[in-house]
Amino acid sequence: MELLPALLFLQSTLAATWRMATPILYAAIGEVFSERAGVLNIGLEGIMLIGAFAAYSTAFETGNLVLGLIAAVLSGLVCGLVFALFTVTIKANQIVVGAAFNMIGMGITGFLYRAFYAESGKVLSLKTFLPLDLPFLSSIPFLGEVLFRHNIMVYATLLLVPAASFVLYKTAFGLSIRAVGEHPKAADTAGINVHRTRYISVLIGTSLAAIGGAFLVLAYADQFVEGIVTGRGFIALAVVVFGGWSPWGAMGTSLLFGVFYALQLRIQAMPNVLIPYQFLQALPYLATLLVLVGLTKRRVRAPKALGIPY
Amino acid sequence: MVWRNFGKRFRRAWQSIGLPPIAILIALLLGAVVLWLAGYDPLIAYRAMWQGAFKDLTAVTEVLIKATPLIFIGAGLAIAFRCSIWNIGAEGQFYLGAIAATAAGIYLGSLPRAILMPLVLLLGIAGGAMWGMLAGFLKNRFGANEVVTTIMLNYIAIFITGFLVTGPMIETKGLFPQTPRISENAWLPRFLPPTRLHLGFIIALLLAIILYILLFKTSIGYTIRAVGTNAEAARYAGINVQNNILLAMGISGGAAGLAGAVEVAAISYRLYQLISPGYGFDGIAVSLLVGNNPLGVIFSGILFGALRSGSEVMQMNARVPSVLVLMIQGMVVLSVVAFGVYRAVTMEKEE
Amino acid sequence: MEECAPESADQEFILRMENIYKSFPGGVQANRGITLEVRSGEIHCLLGENGAGKTVLMSILYGLYKPDSGCIYYKGKKLDIHNPKDAIRHRIGMVHQHFMLVPTLTVAENIVLGQYPPWKVLNHMEEVHERIRAMSDEFGLDVDPTKLVQDLSVGEQQRVEILKALYHGADLLILDEPTAVLTPQESEHLLKFLRQLADRGLTIIFITHKLEEVMEVSDRVTVLRDGRVVGTVNTSETNPRELARMMVGREVLMELKKSQTQPGKVIFAVRDLRVRDARGLEAVKGVSFEVREREILGIAGVSGNGQTELALALAGLIDCEFDEMRLDGQILTKHDLHRLHRMGMAHVPEDRQRMGLILPFSVAENFVLKSYRDEPFSKRGFLRFEAIREYSRSQISKFNIRVGDIEEEIAHLSGGNQQKVVVARELDRHPRFLLVNQPTRGIDIGATEFVRQQILAQRDAGAAILLISADLEEIFALSDRILVMFEGRFMGEVPPDPALIEQVGLMMAGKAAVPAD
Repeated sequence: MELLPALLFLQSTLAATWRMATPILYAAIGEVFSERAGVLNIGLEGIMLIGAFAAYSTAFETGNLVLGLIAAVLSGLVCGLVFALFTVTIKANQIVVGAAFNMIGMGITGFLYRAFYAESGKVLSLKTFLPLDLPFLSSIPFLGEVLFRHNIMVYATLLLVPAASFVLYKTAFGLSIRAVGEHPKAADTAGINVHRTRYISVLIGTSLAAIGGAFLVLAYADQFVEGIVTGRGFIALAVVVFGGWSPWGAMGTSLLFGVFYALQLRIQAMPNVLIPYQFLQALPYLATLLVLVGLTKRRVRAPKALGIPY
Repeated sequence: MVWRNFGKRFRRAWQSIGLPPIAILIALLLGAVVLWLAGYDPLIAYRAMWQGAFKDLTAVTEVLIKATPLIFIGAGLAIAFRCSIWNIGAEGQFYLGAIAATAAGIYLGSLPRAILMPLVLLLGIAGGAMWGMLAGFLKNRFGANEVVTTIMLNYIAIFITGFLVTGPMIETKGLFPQTPRISENAWLPRFLPPTRLHLGFIIALLLAIILYILLFKTSIGYTIRAVGTNAEAARYAGINVQNNILLAMGISGGAAGLAGAVEVAAISYRLYQLISPGYGFDGIAVSLLVGNNPLGVIFSGILFGALRSGSEVMQMNARVPSVLVLMIQGMVVLSVVAFGVYRAVTMEKEE
Repeated sequence: MEECAPESADQEFILRMENIYKSFPGGVQANRGITLEVRSGEIHCLLGENGAGKTVLMSILYGLYKPDSGCIYYKGKKLDIHNPKDAIRHRIGMVHQHFMLVPTLTVAENIVLGQYPPWKVLNHMEEVHERIRAMSDEFGLDVDPTKLVQDLSVGEQQRVEILKALYHGADLLILDEPTAVLTPQESEHLLKFLRQLADRGLTIIFITHKLEEVMEVSDRVTVLRDGRVVGTVNTSETNPRELARMMVGREVLMELKKSQTQPGKVIFAVRDLRVRDARGLEAVKGVSFEVREREILGIAGVSGNGQTELALALAGLIDCEFDEMRLDGQILTKHDLHRLHRMGMAHVPEDRQRMGLILPFSVAENFVLKSYRDEPFSKRGFLRFEAIREYSRSQISKFNIRVGDIEEEIAHLSGGNQQKVVVARELDRHPRFLLVNQPTRGIDIGATEFVRQQILAQRDAGAAILLISADLEEIFALSDRILVMFEGRFMGEVPPDPALIEQVGLMMAGKAAVPAD
């Protein structure tokens, strides 16, 4: 490859990386809170779907993207309440409930989409959040394209990650979360309401997951498609583990996955590439497997009470 | 003397789903609310569904045909779940079984029927078991969480299938993304013509019974249940936990692979991109619904088969999207949980 | 729940718990009408066997359980406590038997845990550290607020727990069996410290089942048995014998009948055994020992000095390194450890509920946990339920285990009966080498006596026994020789002469560094 095309390839890949990482990052940050409090939510995928559909239908009907985002958050909160009711109050097996959520998310969004949109004959696309070209910065060669021409939901992750880190490590609430996920009985005897702490953590998790889903329709694709999340919820779960249950770790790992997604897209778009596209599509999933395998040497431990009802 | 009191056992398995009817009722009610909100008449929709499932003999046999893969998968998953291995990867294992069976049915098509037919099924088992044990291996060797790995392996299996049916194995005319038909020597016999009811259904019933006996009547089953209930105590008792994780993944993967092979050898006769409409995920609910009892899976499998079969007719006749059934299934699982009928991995008393 | 008067009838007491009833699902009646009166500034012992209801009573006071009925008066007023937060607000502090500290947090974080509203930003931790250091100096507790709790020794963690209560301004301090995890000298030190606190005006409730401690530290003592109060007496007006009779309800046989035997040939020997713990740190740092026929080798030590890892390694449950290991003259490799139980070794594990039993399984299924694959319990791979049931019934009558139905979940049995099932299962294998870890922890006196007698009977029958126990009394009562373990090494060997308890205590604290061999 010659230099200029190579640079352009790199530029477009890196520019896509952050964008591709964003939905996973939202879900993963939320899941960090949930898991730090001891609740494993494998229903992220279904909740992201519900968030995506809520955002899409609201934005489509009202023409207002912000209302769509709010609808997604509300749907995430409802899912979170139900999820916490089952896993915290009823103390049901978290994996079972999560699996049920994935089915429900798939079923209800698919049903509503087909009932209201798929065959309605309407033009189904939305006007998505547009890239905000930051003045001056966006015209820097190379870097401008990579870093400064994204939409607001992508930029927002720059606030989200430090904010999450601050809450988790510098506030009394964060301290409670970390205690509850590690040794709930100790937290209980210290006067912390374990159930309430877990409820709130789960709600943070599900509403961020719903925002991650909403990103896909409001700021990435311009319409809803059945199963649009395509495993990002599950990948977010792996991201949390590999990121060592910390917000910054989740950010780093999400960006790593963003690279795989972006590469897959870019290579597919290239003419005369002989690799079958299915292998490229499989890349993020293969990467997830490799990442989990690579974890063997690391000594970051999961929260001790993860998955155990109290 | 395993067969003694079998009638009683069967009744007990039926009882183990004695409360789930209430759960199903609640799920259907919630489904009705969603239907109503979406502007459909729930009564019309459910009537179409009911008729689709039970109108006549053909409808009923179609239910049993739909139930067949669910019974295979559910019975296998019951073993994995009893071992506390959360195998969410039956979907991918189904695909691998279907791939292996199709390959054998096409490339070894000249073999005589008496050899080819069982060979196709065996290779299906092998394909699924291999895919399942891969996740087991990753868990044992690297501590990789099986929930995540099996899901990733699902996607990878589906992409492999997509690659095969558009590339190396595409039918000779090359028109559609599908393989050519497998040799007739590999076809599973159908009985009760003109319906499509096939030998696979009987095999599924047998597998459920065999896995029930394995789980509750043999030392292997004791071992699996011990590992699933208290792995530390199992290790203390001299049980190799990792081997049993592999075994449970092998059994559940093999059962899912067999389901894939049977689907190819009895229904579709070929492989195509989306040969499974999500059987692997339905199988999870099928097993959980009856507290991971392989015998109970027969009932829940038929129930979910009826839901699925009925929903297709509902889509055709009442124009109601059939994916609704997925939601109803999820609600069924939640309702069962809510009623406390489902007791995680704690054993219900057997014997 | 009956009406409680708004004020206590008797203002003489800082705490008055009146007619407390508490039962649990499953029918256990933990408290059956307990009335407890505690004077301000006294050390009040709550004495009773395991299962007498002491901890439950104090957990009610601390807001962890809700009583079925009964009234609590504190400082003259009716006290409504719904959760530990209420207790802390009323200046009641509790040091639990199992420490309530989060290992991954620092000492300071543990101390302020739950003290602030959620939105509070923790930007003042430096001040917290200073205050903790100041208090630590004032009380001579030697606590570093910035350390992670998981890096502290058991004794240090206990001091953190006490400091936590004092930091929250407790003027009633409850301690639940605090000396169980300490060396005799550390216990001594703790008791003196509590006396100082009481002299400053703190009221202390001290839960224990050790008579000497009651005699040494308390002003008054309330004895509980089977969830009822047997009586409250002034310590100065009673004696251990009377207390023991109150506690158990009959004269206690303090002496086990231990016959003199002549140890035979060496059954088990290991040289330079090294084991790492779950965090990868070396927990057993090269120990060597041998156990002979007809001999009990006791390993004494404070919990957490490598005993757990030693036992797990010998049972083949965690990885280890060694120079040489022999069982019955045969040289063993690391690989053999996984099948030692097939070569005549039995193992009563430290934690019966986590390791020794499968709680949701039936009593019968638990009896064959190690033998279900063998004839007659299975044949050609099929379980033979008739044989399993028959065997279980015979074991139950032989070991006098109280069980309603052998098909019932073993989780429903009392701790003592559960332990008897484990012991019956292990001893029935007629082991050549028997590894026993904390055999009587948390079980009642009757079961304790029985289990100890069974261990002695095995010795007399010719087994070589390795006994690990944090209970010094048990070690001295059963052992023929005693090794003292401290920080993964043996500090030396002593004979089981009661006069040497003092010396063993020093060795347990790592003081008398006389290495073995």
